[in-house]
Amino acid sequence: MLKGLIAIMMTSVLVNNYVLSKFLGICPFLGVSKKTDQAVGMGVSVTFVMLIATAATWPIQHYLLNRFELEYMQTIVFILVIATLVQFVEMVLKKHMPALHKSLGVYLPLITTNCAVLGVTVNNIKDGFNFVESMVNSLGCGLGFLLAMVLFAGVREKMEKADPPESFKGLPITLVAASIVSLAFYGFAGIVENLFA
Amino acid sequence: MTEVLTAVAVVAAIGAVCAAVLLVASKLMFVPVNEKEKLIRDVLPGANCGACGYTGCDGYAKALAEGQTDKTNLCVPGADKVSNDIAQITGLEAADVVEMVATVRCMGDCGKVGKKSQYRGADSCAAAKMLFGGSSQCTYGCLGYGDCQKVCPNGAICIENGVAHVNTRICTGCGLCAKACPQGIIALMEDVDKVLVTCSSKDKGAAVRKICSHGCIACKKCEKNCPTQAVKVENNIAVIDYDKCINCGECAKNCPVGCIMVSDFSGIHRFEAKEE
Repeated sequence: MLKGLIAIMMTSVLVNNYVLSKFLGICPFLGVSKKTDQAVGMGVSVTFVMLIATAATWPIQHYLLNRFELEYMQTIVFILVIATLVQFVEMVLKKHMPALHKSLGVYLPLITTNCAVLGVTVNNIKDGFNFVESMVNSLGCGLGFLLAMVLFAGVREKMEKADPPESFKGLPITLVAASIVSLAFYGFAGIVENLFA
Repeated sequence: MTEVLTAVAVVAAIGAVCAAVLLVASKLMFVPVNEKEKLIRDVLPGANCGACGYTGCDGYAKALAEGQTDKTNLCVPGADKVSNDIAQITGLEAADVVEMVATVRCMGDCGKVGKKSQYRGADSCAAAKMLFGGSSQCTYGCLGYGDCQKVCPNGAICIENGVAHVNTRICTGCGLCAKACPQGIIALMEDVDKVLVTCSSKDKGAAVRKICSHGCIACKKCEKNCPTQAVKVENNIAVIDYDKCINCGECAKNCPVGCIMVSDFSGIHRFEAKEE
């Protein structure tokens, strides 16, 4: 049981990294990765939202949608629920934890309808995970996102000092760098299967 | 038919629950916004540029409203107008906003620097520079084809005698000219500073003297005469540390070639404020 959970966790952080191998959540990955501290803030927020979104959508899928045979409404219901949830959490944080709201505040509305968040909740259902496995998978995906963001922020901070050809400046060289980081993560493929074989 | 109705009913129910939760939450979790903060926020330009040192306009408005700062002049894009507005709302004394103005660090016009070649090409500094570093004998100075003049949105730059001049009364400090200049001799400075080195040549003194009657010859007289050690000769050119400079003008008085200039570089915003 525990071994299975650890395997899910490792798989979602390293092998099936949402940004680098599934290409979900590219927008914040390219947008908010200029400074390491911002990348950490964004990564933590995404992890947090992924967890609460899974905690809310998994019961809805299994006790509501499956029961009324409404699986085809999954996408629209999940978007609705996640958006409400994030808004709600933002209000709670603003009232009761102003310090946390200040550090996460800018990022929370940004990830309301982030495809990585929606992707995690949908994939949890598709992969047939039970509730605990879903939560572990979400945590892993969030941490994987955080890892990718921080690594890439480091790469970009170094890249600021480089002098690429004029036509590569800005986004093009960033995309090239992203593809190289993504290739590096490809090296993890197969590791988890062998570790837990 | 019933399938459609169930779908509509279930999704509508989920939507209604979500709406109810948010409605209740917005009532329960309502955080009153400081009235003053809202007023100040409306006055600020909303560019969220961060020039004030706070996290966007909201951050600055909050800091002012809660009395964390009494500086009304931190908003650079808003300039003196915003400073005055903030002062009216908060009752603080309006402070002058330090704006940036563009200045050309070259005075080597046609009378002072000779030509080494005849250039008959595209009317552009960038193109001229690609042919042996321009037609002027000085490879550091103004090329005079007016790339800066072309990008200036306010028409604040004119080319006189082959050298660009900035009318600092019109300049808004956007910095486009500094980016366009292939020689990199246009730089932004704060409009409270009054001393400017009008040469960019990194050649040795003797070489400069041969080609330009106005260029910095790195004689270090300015360095010796500065009462606050604000001037340093680095790479054969005088550089002023504006943090130390007291605008006394001693360096300019003692410069044998006259390449240090003392003048009022007040920008457009300050000029308007004076008019009022």
